[in-house]
Amino acid sequence: MADHSDPNAPWKTLSGLGTSGLTAILFLYFLQFLGPVAAGEPVRFVWDWIPSLDVSLSFYIDGLSLMFALLITGIGAMVMLYAAKYLAGHKHYDRFAIYLFSFMLSMLGLVLADNLIALFVFWELTTFTSYLLIGFIHTDAKSRRNALQALLLTATGGLAMLAGFILIGITQGTFELSELNAAGTLADQPFYLLILILVLAGAFTKSAQVPFHFWLPNAMAAPTPVSAYLHSATMVKAGVYLLARMHPSLSGSDVWVWTLSIFGAVTAVFASFMALRQTDLKQTLAYTTLMALGTLTMFLAGSTGYAITAAMTFLLVHSLYKAGLFLMIGVVDHSTGTRDANVLGGLKSSMPITAAAAAAAGLAMAGIPPFLGFIAKEVAYAGALEMQLMLFVVPMALVAFALMFAVAGIVAYKPFYGLQGELPHEPHEGPWPMLLGPIVLGVLGLLFGLLPGIAAYWLIEPAVAAVMGAPDVGGRVKLWAGFNLPLLLSLITFALGFVIYQRHLALRERLARIEARAADLDAGWDRLLDHFVTYTKIQTRLIQTGVLRQYMFATFAVFAATVLVTLMARNVGGISLQFAGLSFMEWGVALLILAGSVLVVLTSSRIVGLVALGVVGIGVALIFIMFSAPDVAITQLLVELLVVVLLALAFLKMPNLDPSGSQTHSFPNAVLAITVGVLTTIVVLLVVDQPFDRRLTDFFEAASWTEAFGRNIVNVILVDFRTLDTFGEIAVVAVAALGAFALLKGFARARDAKGGDK
Amino acid sequence: MNSIIFSAAARLLVALMFVFSLFMLLRGHHLPGGGFIGGLIGAVSFIVYSLACGPAEARKALRISPEVIAMLGLGVALLAGMFSFFMGDPLFTGQWYWVGGDSYETSAFSINTVLVFDVGVYLVVLGGILSLTYAFEEET
Repeated sequence: MADHSDPNAPWKTLSGLGTSGLTAILFLYFLQFLGPVAAGEPVRFVWDWIPSLDVSLSFYIDGLSLMFALLITGIGAMVMLYAAKYLAGHKHYDRFAIYLFSFMLSMLGLVLADNLIALFVFWELTTFTSYLLIGFIHTDAKSRRNALQALLLTATGGLAMLAGFILIGITQGTFELSELNAAGTLADQPFYLLILILVLAGAFTKSAQVPFHFWLPNAMAAPTPVSAYLHSATMVKAGVYLLARMHPSLSGSDVWVWTLSIFGAVTAVFASFMALRQTDLKQTLAYTTLMALGTLTMFLAGSTGYAITAAMTFLLVHSLYKAGLFLMIGVVDHSTGTRDANVLGGLKSSMPITAAAAAAAGLAMAGIPPFLGFIAKEVAYAGALEMQLMLFVVPMALVAFALMFAVAGIVAYKPFYGLQGELPHEPHEGPWPMLLGPIVLGVLGLLFGLLPGIAAYWLIEPAVAAVMGAPDVGGRVKLWAGFNLPLLLSLITFALGFVIYQRHLALRERLARIEARAADLDAGWDRLLDHFVTYTKIQTRLIQTGVLRQYMFATFAVFAATVLVTLMARNVGGISLQFAGLSFMEWGVALLILAGSVLVVLTSSRIVGLVALGVVGIGVALIFIMFSAPDVAITQLLVELLVVVLLALAFLKMPNLDPSGSQTHSFPNAVLAITVGVLTTIVVLLVVDQPFDRRLTDFFEAASWTEAFGRNIVNVILVDFRTLDTFGEIAVVAVAALGAFALLKGFARARDAKGGDK
Repeated sequence: MNSIIFSAAARLLVALMFVFSLFMLLRGHHLPGGGFIGGLIGAVSFIVYSLACGPAEARKALRISPEVIAMLGLGVALLAGMFSFFMGDPLFTGQWYWVGGDSYETSAFSINTVLVFDVGVYLVVLGGILSLTYAFEEET
């Protein structure tokens, strides 16, 4: 992948290091909020954004958002540093650095936003930036397809979520999360069920809950640093973040408890089995991420102190060890050229530092004391025992954690201490920028485990307080909680996990056989897209026939139908026609216009028709002059002239019109034309019948000179009062001219390419 | 169009029409005229020229390609509108500077962004229509 001939390579590396440095600075910036937030004083920043729609750009830093912000910036800085080495010399590395940095900022916005609309915007920004990241290896069709899958699935969920947000805004009168959460649960409010379903659709697609899980393993098509970042602390955790953020508003009903428990538990257990089944270590990690997301969702179903504490502790520990493991796999892949679990082994002597970092992350993942992972598991069991669906949740958690133990062995123990297979490259230790992340994350996991009070006081307890809406209600986070049921369950987990690890090869074959028979959602997705494409092709053929006449007919028919329906529904009164008082000149112009119109319909020559249309236009211009609107009249006259010239140029290439009475002068066309004409006349007469509202006219007459120093009101409106409109119009003129120019030149080029049949 | 009378007259008329279009542009704030009308007249003048002498000759007379003129016009209009940012006013607020006084009555003349914006409109209309017409003419 390295291409060292690029002369810009040093600059590109610098761009990567620069973004990493900026992210590290952001991390330091957020550290200063630890004190106030731990003391129970959330910070809020507000800027007006769209005041008329009650949408403001407000950011809220409490325990939950601060923990996420620190994970995003902290892990982000390490991942960016890592990527600078991992992708060094890559042709598009600069592009990659920008994508990753934009993604980091979007994610940061997502977790800090206090306004639901702002949150949605950042949510979709993470979707788009992650699309660019997953599809970074754009020459690979599979990579592009997987990126598109992630984009479509999560963006669709995001749109459902937006609908839910808008419903919340309408029914509750505010889009501010801090206000909503302070107001308590919405469970007894109207539309609660609909809101819940819509928001969960967003959260579940983003956090890849079964049955929306298939995009996540596919997203592994991205370069390893991206996977490490997206699947540890960021992208996929956004759904979990949303569930935690809206916990005070949306929980408190049986629907919440049942839905989250079942979806979460099924996802967790399914994913742990799938993790065991994979041989590509990156895929294994992808499924363990899925397991973590399921577990988190499951615990957020609960509302008791230990359940929420379990979710927050597990969230922290998972972010730390998962990022570390992904980065470690990247180092191993980089150094040996493979990620196959069957081949890798015995790397401990050639890659000692990586082995140590992997051991720290693996022990945390397996939940072995004194790592934070052990504490997380203890708290998790304590939380599970408190849950409403305890009899369902505890066994599911036990199975998932036991499988996790076995998978930790496969990922972090076997490649380093197991039997070595045929490796593509001779293994060597990775460079320091790639080792820094795994080491720091591993050490943190150990440190937080040995001194759980630090993590609890600064990170976990404030986060729990933010979700629960009250301080000091969470469970206790400590290394030794005494002989109790959770400890017993932990011991059972170890035993079960060890047995599974010993027999994982046999188990994997059996799982592979089951998988071969099970329904393939991923292939189903492809079929769905294929059907959709077929459908759109049929629709396009139906609607876009390519015949201008049919387009015109459809347009005018819709116009006539809507006007007719409106007129009938409004039941408008009669129209009075007054011909008295018309001057001789006015009669003359009217007759001129009428004669022109009749001639257009009857003639069989295009040029005659064109000239007749010109007569109609000039008649209209004359009317403008009679009613003293010289500006409009001049414009009308000039436009009329230009239309004649342009059409005459076009007509040079076109055949004569069909003779009158032929098929294309068909009856429906005539009926439609007459209907549209009559309706337009009626509408104009109705408008004229209304008393004229002079407010705007009076304003412009008065203000045109005093405020804009102009005596020509039309021009003053165009260039002063309504400048933005005018700017829009000239932009349209410019774009339309460019478009037509491109079309004409494009045709000419295509014709020349074909051999120029003039 | 191979008419000697037309092409001879066109050379004279075109210059007059073009000057007239500028005249219409400049008087627009107080009397009928302005960027739209001026631009249309300017476009008509060059169309007449291209009908008389062919689009290639007309392009040469214009010196800058009409697409560029249209885009330049859009840029000029936008810049005129954005100038108000520096004055702390909302976008597209007209800015006036009185030369030799402090109001319309006392000053000799004024420099303002409104006219600059109108010049932008003029250029867009002129360039837009001409790029369309020339493309049409060269097509046939």
